[in-house]
Amino acid sequence: MRIKDHPILEFKRGEKITFSYNGKKISAYPGETIASALHAAGIRKLTHSQKHQRPRGFFCAIGNCSSCLMVVDGEPNVKTCVVEVQEDMVVEEQQGKGDLSAKV
Amino acid sequence: MQKCELAIVGGGPAGLAAALKAREVGLEEIYLLERDNFLGGQLVKQTHQFFGSHKQFAGIRGIDIAEKFKDKLEDRPEIKALKGAVAQGYYEDDVLGYSYRDKFFKLKPEKTILATGASEKMLSFPNNDLPGIYGAGAVQTLMNQYGIVPGEKILMIGAGNIGLIVAYQLLQAGIEVKAVIEATGRIGGYAVHASKIRRAGIPILTYHTIKEARGNEEVEAVVIQQLDEDWQTVPGTEQEMAVDTICLAVGLTPKVDLAIQANCQMAYVAELGGDVPVRDKNLQTSNPRVYIAGDSAGIEEATAAILEGELAAAGAAADILPEGSAIDRERAEIKEKLADLRRGPVGEHIRRGLTRARRNQNAGRDRYTRSWKS
Repeated sequence: MRIKDHPILEFKRGEKITFSYNGKKISAYPGETIASALHAAGIRKLTHSQKHQRPRGFFCAIGNCSSCLMVVDGEPNVKTCVVEVQEDMVVEEQQGKGDLSAKV
Repeated sequence: MQKCELAIVGGGPAGLAAALKAREVGLEEIYLLERDNFLGGQLVKQTHQFFGSHKQFAGIRGIDIAEKFKDKLEDRPEIKALKGAVAQGYYEDDVLGYSYRDKFFKLKPEKTILATGASEKMLSFPNNDLPGIYGAGAVQTLMNQYGIVPGEKILMIGAGNIGLIVAYQLLQAGIEVKAVIEATGRIGGYAVHASKIRRAGIPILTYHTIKEARGNEEVEAVVIQQLDEDWQTVPGTEQEMAVDTICLAVGLTPKVDLAIQANCQMAYVAELGGDVPVRDKNLQTSNPRVYIAGDSAGIEEATAAILEGELAAAGAAADILPEGSAIDRERAEIKEKLADLRRGPVGEHIRRGLTRARRNQNAGRDRYTRSWKS
């Protein structure tokens, strides 16, 4: 959910854009990070732990903790909490440790 | 390989202040590396007014301080401020590697100022990895930077200044804060912040801890429990609360990765947030090419980080430039301002920490230095 009225801050949101998450269309605003746009759409589980498959979301939101890694436009291990969402971006939950050979 | 007089890692308050001061005192080749696509670091989400004993910046909001710095930097295009530049490593030949726009670069600075800030601490409790458990900084980022609510019902853990300020900011964003819990017997934050929370009808529960988070795919509830004066849980006092978000404001720890790589001598100082680089009074480390400023050498706050950034820059300039005497006078002035800021009971904690770090009373426990020598 996005904040509409705030006593101090004013959020200047531009034109809506859309991107895909696991094949679903999600709308976002330019300047938002991938993780924050997903969060606004109610998606907080971004990935899962390698061994026990436990659900994981971001913790720090500034690129420190690495619990928000996803596959973005075919590139694995992208810190979605700091990368800005773009029109038509393809975002997918990552399986395993990620494979770069698909991208290169 | 690029060469320069000064490289600064981190574009938060310490790094920005360092870049501007370095230029002001006469350095010409200055690189500022910022991993984010914006400058200002954590200032950009601090909507509260700064205050404290110091005159500098009192009554100004962090977001406005960031804007001021950005304006000043725009007037100094000769400072190479690279946004989206990630420092990847500090190598043994004092080369700083960084990535920028999908390319890797090598930079050999005469001096480096590390101003990399801090990371948030975690607590251990069952299910602490569930989505919906965030650091207080993450909640601020989501709310104040992107305008997105972190949840609908929140439990705040920690009644220090950050816990209290963020709890209040949650209220400003229209979110229900169920309670603020605090494991110790006293509220660590300033009374002015605590009374704002209380006036809004939110309980601040001292001697309370989190027992566990509950939920399948994400947080659905939390169980809190009372502690006695010896910090033991009191049986039968468990209380379940329906919340979708748990916010941890339990402190920060300095980001010291690059300092360790630069072979800076380290010390464990609890008052400063954990392992910190040992610095002299001019903020120089045991590696004479490396200075450290701000939270990455000890958790304090933005005004101190700004002054430390200036002090480190003056130090680096004094090493490089031939005419050192004018800078020495400047350095003395900055030190005076820092001492002023850290005076009184509020600064006692940080004064003790800095003294301990300088004396390096825990040298025997310095696990980093030992591992290199072997």
